[in-house]
Amino acid sequence: MALFEARHLHKRFGDHVVLEEINLTFEANALSGIMGPNGAGKTTCFNVLTGRYKPDRGRVLFDGRDITGLPPRRIARLGISRSFQVMSVFNEYSALENVLLAVPEVRRLGLNVVHDLPKDELCVGKAAAVLAKVGLAGKETAMASDLSYGQRRALEIGIALAAEPCLLFLDEPTAGLGAEATGELAEMVLRLKQDVTIVIIEHDMRFLFGLADHISVIHWGQVIAQGTPDDLKANKWVQASNLGKLA
Amino acid sequence: MRFVYDKARNWVTPHMLVAFALFGSLPLWVEGVGLYSYIGVEVLIWAIFALGFNLLLGYTGLPSFGHGAFLGVGGYAFGWFQFHLVPNLWLALVFAILMTALLGGLAALLVSHRRGIYFGLLTLAIGQVFFFVASKWTSLTGGEDGMLNIKRLPADFGIVSFSLQDNISLYIFVFGVFVVTVLVLWRLTHSPFGKVIRAIKQNEMRVGFLGYNVFFYKWAVFTISCAVAGLAGGLFAMAQEGAYVQVMSLQWSGIVVLMTLVGGGMVSFWGAVIGTVVFFLARDLLGTYTETWLLWYGLMFMLLVMFKPEGIAGMWQDLVAARGRRRRVAASRAALAGE
Repeated sequence: MALFEARHLHKRFGDHVVLEEINLTFEANALSGIMGPNGAGKTTCFNVLTGRYKPDRGRVLFDGRDITGLPPRRIARLGISRSFQVMSVFNEYSALENVLLAVPEVRRLGLNVVHDLPKDELCVGKAAAVLAKVGLAGKETAMASDLSYGQRRALEIGIALAAEPCLLFLDEPTAGLGAEATGELAEMVLRLKQDVTIVIIEHDMRFLFGLADHISVIHWGQVIAQGTPDDLKANKWVQASNLGKLA
Repeated sequence: MRFVYDKARNWVTPHMLVAFALFGSLPLWVEGVGLYSYIGVEVLIWAIFALGFNLLLGYTGLPSFGHGAFLGVGGYAFGWFQFHLVPNLWLALVFAILMTALLGGLAALLVSHRRGIYFGLLTLAIGQVFFFVASKWTSLTGGEDGMLNIKRLPADFGIVSFSLQDNISLYIFVFGVFVVTVLVLWRLTHSPFGKVIRAIKQNEMRVGFLGYNVFFYKWAVFTISCAVAGLAGGLFAMAQEGAYVQVMSLQWSGIVVLMTLVGGGMVSFWGAVIGTVVFFLARDLLGTYTETWLLWYGLMFMLLVMFKPEGIAGMWQDLVAARGRRRRVAASRAALAGE
């Protein structure tokens, strides 16, 4: 059985139908991709899957459990974590504090008013390890607002990773990155893939085709093609669209 | 605006010691500089109020425009308790804190789903509701006349009991409460709880996606902030020997916002205290020259918001940072010259 499943999802805003009959399955220990042109409904789809919006119809199942309509914090506590296309780091905090906040032990301490967090070796150690994983070792004390754009993108993923998810959603992680940084990011994602199930939204096709085990193509709010990267390269629609040309 | 992360995770910090030394010694020098000890009482009570208010504004990023309501409720609760139950200072203060926490906790249920301008407008409306109820409910509050003859109850420590009738002994008592408030709020803001509320200020949505119950944190901060306002209100009723509805008005709710912003509450724990001192000094010093001192204070506020929204504490932080830079440059020059 798949780790995560979306069945018959519908979502509309006013008269505008954004998602129509979306069916997706993400297998455990695999890297799944969602691709599609701008405005296809990819990010809305992510927002429905991670609890930001409630679907109008359909169900979302995680590990056999119905999580449809649960608030984001509940979904997060089940072990689903996500990054954002629009940078969502904490600018007034150092890189270490950013990831520290996401560590589950810190979340459970949240109402504690006497605990000395900077001296908590377990939590700080975990946070530092996450920074090292996303290539920010040595930047622990740097303010998030002082990091370079690429480093902030890495921190964005680090925050999601520090929550120790079993399922990690990445929303356009390459947005705004140059070719070299995109290559480094691909290497990082390949390393992460060994420990955690990942789902990536992307419109950099080269990036996705090189990493994903399974890809779903969304267009006009519908899944129009699914399969392995090789299946999709052979798919007529993908070939005809400008999506396939890059691959 | 960046909140300088105080590396001091200690219970007591150098800034704290400076503040305590300054306020603690105030009765010794206040008349020498041409002021009087009652201004010290006012400053410290409003500083307590502003510190509690800044939990919302500076730390959680929630602008409350009706906070005067809770200062007022604290005063009435303090007076009502000593008239109708027991004339005991400690119990009356605890009652004032509990009543404001209760009413604040209820109000917080209404506002904690909101943020930004909606939060501000809702708190403004709630503040007005409290203000009008207090003005009309004359059997309880005395309406426009106020609740009169509230006593400065003696501070009873079991074996010894101190009268707080004169302003100097009242000042010393209020100073003690101020010290405790500072220690408690410092701890609160530098704990994991404080880290979460400051994260909510920076990016509320993301905090929710990390599994935190944002509504509950906002509710808790609002309630704590109201409880501190209640404490200040009780003290203020004692200082004025009466509880008056004016402090609940929109104007006074606005003044605590001005104080906090001018002092630099957005970037520093101490901003609220600095702002309170500046406000009362402006009132007394400018007030001797002109009745329109609030106009000049307002102009100063506008200039600050335009040119230095981080307030006085922000200017101080810039100064310290610039000095650090100069020192580093000088040190590296010296090192180069040595080579």
